[in-house]
Amino acid sequence: MDIERSEVIRVTSSEDVVRIRQLVREWAIRSGFNLVEQTKIVTGASEIARNTVNHGGGGTLLVEAVNNGSRRGIRLTFEDKGPGIADLELAMKDGYSTGGGLGLGLGGAKRLSNEFEISSRPGEGTRVRMTRWK
Amino acid sequence: MSKLPDVLKRREAGILTEWLRELKQSAGLRGLPPNLEETCRAFLVQLAQASRNGNLTDIGKPEWNEMRHLLEELSVSRARQGDTPSETAGFVFSLKQPLFAAIRDEAKNIEEMAGETWMASRLLDSLGLYTTEVHQKGREDIIQRQQAEMMELSTPVVRLWEGILALPLIGTLDSERTQTVMESLLEKIVETGAAIAIIDITGVPTVDTLVAQHLLKTVAAARLMGADCIISGIRPQIAQTIVHLGVGLGDVITKASMADAFSLALKRSGYSLIRHQPENA
Ligand SMILES: Nc1ncnc2c1ncn2[C@@H]1O[C@H](COP(=O)(O)OP(=O)(O)OP(=O)(O)O)[C@@H](O)[C@H]1O
Ligand SMILES: [Mg+2]
Repeated sequence: MDIERSEVIRVTSSEDVVRIRQLVREWAIRSGFNLVEQTKIVTGASEIARNTVNHGGGGTLLVEAVNNGSRRGIRLTFEDKGPGIADLELAMKDGYSTGGGLGLGLGGAKRLSNEFEISSRPGEGTRVRMTRWK
Repeated sequence: MSKLPDVLKRREAGILTEWLRELKQSAGLRGLPPNLEETCRAFLVQLAQASRNGNLTDIGKPEWNEMRHLLEELSVSRARQGDTPSETAGFVFSLKQPLFAAIRDEAKNIEEMAGETWMASRLLDSLGLYTTEVHQKGREDIIQRQQAEMMELSTPVVRLWEGILALPLIGTLDSERTQTVMESLLEKIVETGAAIAIIDITGVPTVDTLVAQHLLKTVAAARLMGADCIISGIRPQIAQTIVHLGVGLGDVITKASMADAFSLALKRSGYSLIRHQPENA
């Protein structure tokens, strides 16, 4: 897989979440995604960015415009060094929330992307990587 | 070791006069900023002081602290006056000609002149660039504050008709303001005894779980107060995304446009719209 462009942004405040949505939309537009796809990518990014801020205590986002030879895509990697998630399967369940949310962020972001990987270690942090192909 | 501090010391008065002349010549329609001479003088003093250390290339070092501080204050006040970043940087860059002239007069030979000029030029470039960075930051802060103030000022809940309220939501919805805006809708419902409230989200670019949660909470609270909500302005891309997110809008009434929502609200309230023929048709 080729990485055409990449950028790292900090994810620490709700203003950052807003900025990330704008930035990810710009990247999606530049990669030629249509309006529905842009909205899906941006909404997924918004979910994981907010989790990074609210549950992960802040972290970083790596945005990459990728190319697997036949298709172009956007890959987003969120990383934090927060408390981590003890039971990933439970966290991924729709409706599960420790913060009084709807508990749909993780599951929703997964459904909004083509590839979704999450890894986490209690006490060490969480990493979410999602890719959407054109 | 650069001669810059010596040049500045010996030629200060002349450099200042020339610099002010440059600035006056290039002044725009707004005229010259207040305290211009003072600012220039302070800048020259800092420049001489900081460069005495011999470091003319890295303005991030501690010896440049005071200079950076001066530039920060300058940028912030210029941004407030409406200057563009390049105008603020232009203030620093306009020192080049007067300074180069002084270097030329003081230099013993061509090599020295070239070397000193090159160094001074690089230095002023990085100082000018620094003002641009700060300027950008200053403007962002100002814009954020203005947006927050605008939100405060606008009372977004409008009464469309007897018993029908509308809340057109615009922009980003995950600030604390969302909470306040939703609360103001609930207050207006109590105040007017409205039976129907239309929440229009045409102007909301992203509906994620947090926005959805705010909407659902508001609908539930309104219902407890005896009012039904209609959510309008759900664009196709938003509708598809909400479905993937898994947010169930349950039994919330939704309409594509505000107009559709309004006509449904009228019907539900017992009004009917009749179109009369124009009289002189
Ligand atoms: N980066 C993270 N670090 C630690 N815990 C996390 C992280 N991301 C998610 N979690 C945990 O997983 C749970 C589920 O996350 P999810 O995004 O699905 O729901 P939520 O954030 O609680 O609510 P919302 O529906 O508003 O997103 C969270 O409540 C939290 O306990
Ligand atoms: Mg979440």
